[in-house]
Amino acid sequence: MGAGAARRLDRRVSVPVDTGLRAAARIRAEADGRGISRLPVLEGEGPLAVRRIRGAAGQARVALVGAMSAPLGGDRLTVTAEAGPGARLDVTSTAATLALPGRPKGPAHYDVRLSVEEDAELNWAPEQLISAYGSELRVTTRAEVGAGARLLLREEQVLGRAGEQPGTLTSRLTVRCEGRLLLDQELACGPGAPGGWDGPAGLAGHRAIGQLVLVRPELGQHPVRARMLGELAAVTPLAGPGLLVTAVAPDALRLRRVLDEAVGVVGG
Amino acid sequence: MSRATLLVLADGRFPAGGHAHSGGAEAAVAAGRVTGAADLAEFCRGRLHTSGLVAAALAAAAALGTDPLQLDEAADARTPSAALRTAARKLGRQMMRAARATWPSAELDALASARPRGAHQPVVLGLAARSAGLGPEDAAYVAAYESVSGPATAVVRLLSLDPFDATAVLARLAPDLDRVAADAAECARRVPEEGVDALPASSAPLLDIGAEAHAAWAVRLFAS
Repeated sequence: MGAGAARRLDRRVSVPVDTGLRAAARIRAEADGRGISRLPVLEGEGPLAVRRIRGAAGQARVALVGAMSAPLGGDRLTVTAEAGPGARLDVTSTAATLALPGRPKGPAHYDVRLSVEEDAELNWAPEQLISAYGSELRVTTRAEVGAGARLLLREEQVLGRAGEQPGTLTSRLTVRCEGRLLLDQELACGPGAPGGWDGPAGLAGHRAIGQLVLVRPELGQHPVRARMLGELAAVTPLAGPGLLVTAVAPDALRLRRVLDEAVGVVGG
Repeated sequence: MSRATLLVLADGRFPAGGHAHSGGAEAAVAAGRVTGAADLAEFCRGRLHTSGLVAAALAAAAALGTDPLQLDEAADARTPSAALRTAARKLGRQMMRAARATWPSAELDALASARPRGAHQPVVLGLAARSAGLGPEDAAYVAAYESVSGPATAVVRLLSLDPFDATAVLARLAPDLDRVAADAAECARRVPEEGVDALPASSAPLLDIGAEAHAAWAVRLFAS
């Protein structure tokens, strides 16, 4: 609870109670011409602290550090991660993101903007997003992928903490490849979501949802073959140089397992 | 707009091939997720508010005159399942044949020659509505209703469900259908200013997963 207490204090000091908090993190990797990716921009604040961590040879690796519990209702968080031409960037996080109800009414917003420029590579694979009961969070993730660039994007969403009812979560994921729309998908679940979200077409009682998007230039010519990964996950080629794995699972742990397996199968 | 024309386009006997598709119901029945009328109602409600809404908005936008090729690309991006893209194009091609015979127009001809293997069905449906002199709400209603009438009819065959129960499911969805059609038309009206990103992209995970499972079966009653 220490982080929560610190956060409440921080709120009292710096943020009017009824507007929520605004925070942004910016990450930009650039190739130095000798095969090493540097981080000329690495900025975070409040609940979005960023830290450089050890990556694979030549790769820049960054962890989002959950400095406080966020987002709360009314908050607006933005993360921008860019891999400049030829750069290799890997972004992870040190802990799950927990959406909680907040004092200000209204939803929290969490916006992720990813840019993978020409011949660059970006892996975006933060820990789970947990939608706690009573919270309302709107997530948008937009990725722009340039010519020859490679993207791995992994999202895991968990509805409610253990044994808890879900919060309200909407998540829209848009991927563009060289300006052309490759994937546009929105998921809405929890109280207030349009009817049937938890029915036999939607989640059918499953509480963890995962997506893995892979963009690789070679997938345009040689699309992956659609197939099942067990009963509740499928890999499918997108209409362009990419693939998508969609998975649902009873809980976060089993979702993690099936997505780990998927990474092995599709060669993340 | 002519209400009688709308009935012709919305008629389940309009020869556009829809009867061969279950809208994911066959996979859901096989997985044990739909076992009776109550499950069917929830299945249809979920489908209506996700792929039904997306289809209705695409159809409404096409009826308003948005570039159908741009809408076709938007439909591709909103249909991550390869099996569902294949089904949507197959249905689009059949709808195109029926529409060109029924309400011929230069716009239908242009789309048919640009997408000889079929454009996404809701785009063709919307353009057919336009050619028939119908408006965006009409197109949205037809697409939204098709998104639930297909599964309901299929489940009657798959589970030997009482057809009265299946029709009651559809009747109870009327308020939801009204809302989805209105929302879809409203989104479509924002396209000229905001582009196709203004169109909804709602998805239902088990529809996408189930579609790939279904496509891998050796023997099936429905094409999708």
